[in-house]
Amino acid sequence: MGTRAQLLGGLAFLAAAVVAPFLPDWVVSLATIAFANALVVLGLIVLWRAGLVSFGQALYYCIGAYVVALIGRWIGFADGIVLVLLGGVAAGLVSFLIGFLIARYREIFFAMLSLALSMILYGVLVKTESLGSTDGFSVLTPTFFGYTPHGEALNLTLYWFTLAICALSALGVGAYFRSIAGALAAPVRDNEIRVEFLGVSVARVVHAKVVIAGVLGGLGGALAALAIGHVDPNMAYWTTSGSFVFVAILAGAGSVAAAFVGSLLFEAIRSLAVDLVPEFWQMILGSALLVTILFVPEGLGSLVLRLRRRKAKSP
Amino acid sequence: MLLTVLSILTDGLAYAAYLFIIAIGLTLIFGVMKILNVAHGSFYAFGAYGAATAVGIYFNGHDWYAAGGFLFMILVAMAIGLVMGLILERGLLRLVYGKDEVVIVLVTYAVFLILEDMVVLIWGAQSYAAYQPMVAAGSVDAGDLVLSNYDILLVVLAAFLAALAYWALKFTRYGRLLTTVIFDREVAAAFGINVTVVYTVTFLIGAMLGALSGAVMAPKISVTLGIGVEVIVLAFAVVAIGGMGSIEGALVGALIVGICRAAAVHLVPQIELFVIYGVMAIVLIVRPYGLFVRAQPRKI
Repeated sequence: MGTRAQLLGGLAFLAAAVVAPFLPDWVVSLATIAFANALVVLGLIVLWRAGLVSFGQALYYCIGAYVVALIGRWIGFADGIVLVLLGGVAAGLVSFLIGFLIARYREIFFAMLSLALSMILYGVLVKTESLGSTDGFSVLTPTFFGYTPHGEALNLTLYWFTLAICALSALGVGAYFRSIAGALAAPVRDNEIRVEFLGVSVARVVHAKVVIAGVLGGLGGALAALAIGHVDPNMAYWTTSGSFVFVAILAGAGSVAAAFVGSLLFEAIRSLAVDLVPEFWQMILGSALLVTILFVPEGLGSLVLRLRRRKAKSP
Repeated sequence: MLLTVLSILTDGLAYAAYLFIIAIGLTLIFGVMKILNVAHGSFYAFGAYGAATAVGIYFNGHDWYAAGGFLFMILVAMAIGLVMGLILERGLLRLVYGKDEVVIVLVTYAVFLILEDMVVLIWGAQSYAAYQPMVAAGSVDAGDLVLSNYDILLVVLAAFLAALAYWALKFTRYGRLLTTVIFDREVAAAFGINVTVVYTVTFLIGAMLGALSGAVMAPKISVTLGIGVEVIVLAFAVVAIGGMGSIEGALVGALIVGICRAAAVHLVPQIELFVIYGVMAIVLIVRPYGLFVRAQPRKI
């Protein structure tokens, strides 16, 4: 299963990279943002496998984005690669600290506490003039190890860079899912006490998941900041977290690929809906979420699995 | 100095009253049904818009008593809450009972998103003002402080609701049935309590309280898009501090948040937003499930 999925995933990423120069500019930048957001969704899927939903993933998203923007603003450093890694590291550090606290919580309390933490950051950013207050501020144009692309070339470079980070993350998370710590997710979700009796510290398993999700959130936020070219406190608002949760539920926790496909679909539908029927956008979102929960509770990814299973059964 | 302390206390009390009126419906629904109802923000928004419309009709060119306008506004909002609650509980939530608590949160989140756009469809994108009841209520001078009568009215209303909830839960037949369901749904059902009806009635009361909170706030704010989004996280914070499902918890939570926010506004305005969630995080660190929650048995 593992190697075949890796091969397929690798081919998919390659295909996504190869077609880019032939696509219009706006499609590429849209896809860049979609892939950046997919990293956050991937983090949510890591948590969701253990039955945890974070309504505050925007915290890490925002930290990643602001680290990129602030370093650019304060010391004028603009190397995209280093900045994105720093964004991931910063979010990872914060999630490591928060993990000591939040790993004790489950279910709604986990969701609520993460929500509160992200709202704290929102409150701080909105009220701090030196951090741009409600308007936020713009991000420097990134360079890549001395290479300074402009216009379309920049767009493409950023897209390829995002794809590369995504591919690496997908590989890492896939390996994590196959490891023992990753495989413990379902038992933790079903019955923690029994897992404890096996001699495993559930708190540590959950803590690891929080950090993984945090790093992915930070990377996603950093990439999004470069792609959008602007950061503002709304990146930490709870509705931002809500839309990530939305994509995660829509995609389902079944596979790593679901996060990327789900995020691309979401971004495509969003830009279509905002263009055609802006007043119904949230209604479409809500209805899609309801239909998914009621009829495809395992997420859209499970439809593919279901199909494959049916094929395997028939001679 | 004394004036600052006094104004922190009075402002805090008024804000706490407002928070409590919002939070009581949310905590009631959670306590009985174990549903963290994100759509409570929509009840609030619909209540506020309904109240603004009602005030507009009542005061437009008429010279009727302002108190009547206040009552009319509340009645309209509660009727809206009743209808919305009925549709939502019977039409949708009934289908998802028994699913994971977190999944039900997402269901109510979906409803919240849909209702956000419904507001635009019904009332349009412009904002409404419904200041008449507040202006008509006037204000009193207490020494150097000027207190709005409307704020005093809100505090009285919050106290009345708290007393009513306490009395209804402890001393009425329905309240005792409710307490049984809160403790253990299955055992209550086994004793012959019609849990389905209890759920519906609870949800309706919660929805009406949500709409009521929007209505009484409408004169104090500009009724505009997105008011539900802000309010729901505030109500979450209050309920989480007090302990989800506990009414006395909601009261204490509202007081804590109200006073802390008022203190922040008067002393260090930069941390106004921060302080609410900061307090929540601190309380949850010390008491993971809130101040007033019974210890839960571990099920193996």
